[in-house]
Amino acid sequence: MMAIIASLVCGLIFGWGLLISGMVQPAKVLAFLDIFGDWDPSLAVTMVAALVVSSMGFALARRREGPYLAPQSFWPSASSIDRPLVIGAVLFGIGWGLSGLCPGPALENLTTLSPRLLVFVAAMIAGMLLQDWWQRRTASQARREADAALAPADG
Amino acid sequence: MRIMTAFDPVSAAIGGALIGLSAALLMLLTGRIAGISGILAGCLSLAGGDWGWRAAFILGLVVAPLTGGIAGYALTEPRMPESWAVVVIAGLLVGFGTRLGGGCTSGHGICGVSRFSPRSLTATAVFFVTAIVVVAITRHGLGG
Repeated sequence: MMAIIASLVCGLIFGWGLLISGMVQPAKVLAFLDIFGDWDPSLAVTMVAALVVSSMGFALARRREGPYLAPQSFWPSASSIDRPLVIGAVLFGIGWGLSGLCPGPALENLTTLSPRLLVFVAAMIAGMLLQDWWQRRTASQARREADAALAPADG
Repeated sequence: MRIMTAFDPVSAAIGGALIGLSAALLMLLTGRIAGISGILAGCLSLAGGDWGWRAAFILGLVVAPLTGGIAGYALTEPRMPESWAVVVIAGLLVGFGTRLGGGCTSGHGICGVSRFSPRSLTATAVFFVTAIVVVAITRHGLGG
């Protein structure tokens, strides 16, 4: 229960960070990405400030056995730089460049009830579900092929 | 639809520090990575059983502007692409791409980079460069 309250507070702090930095506004993000226009370097400052604080926090967390309010830490285990990583980042980059929205700010803007924003979030969730479905499909297909290859030709 | 936004390093730094603090606290207290796309995706598959903390984080993120308004930081209507088709396509790409690549600006860009993860450094460089190219094309035409 304490962990859930802590998550709620962390979500609030994250939201305040996006709000105060202005990064909740897609126009502000696009002004950073538009290096050939009236470039606004704000996002770089926000990223560096975030990285300074989070890297100190992570270093501290690394030195502990586990978190304060939960039984164990979930550090990411994947380490390979593979095709899905790069293709996924390219697709995300295209969507980000077209809209100025990444998942955090998209969700934080929900309470504006902007019709376009609501459609964007619905499409984003559809994209996530689509990826999940597609990944399951290719995984089960690969399993069937592997089974077929292992099975003797005459049953 | 170009609008100028002012460079405000103080707000940018304070806001960034809060985002970093949120990521640090979530790991220190609950042992979780503050990656918004991953948290949201985990919420969607309700079978997982650990969606309580995810839903709580997202609730905090969504209601933050309602409390931020007190401090004078009100949410304004976001400026969205004119075309509905672009809105839908961009949304689909952000959803599909962040899941395929295993993270977004927060999970790879902040949490991953601050752990010096080569995977996250690669993803972050790729999505920043791609987005910059897309904006260069859409705002300035091919080749600027």
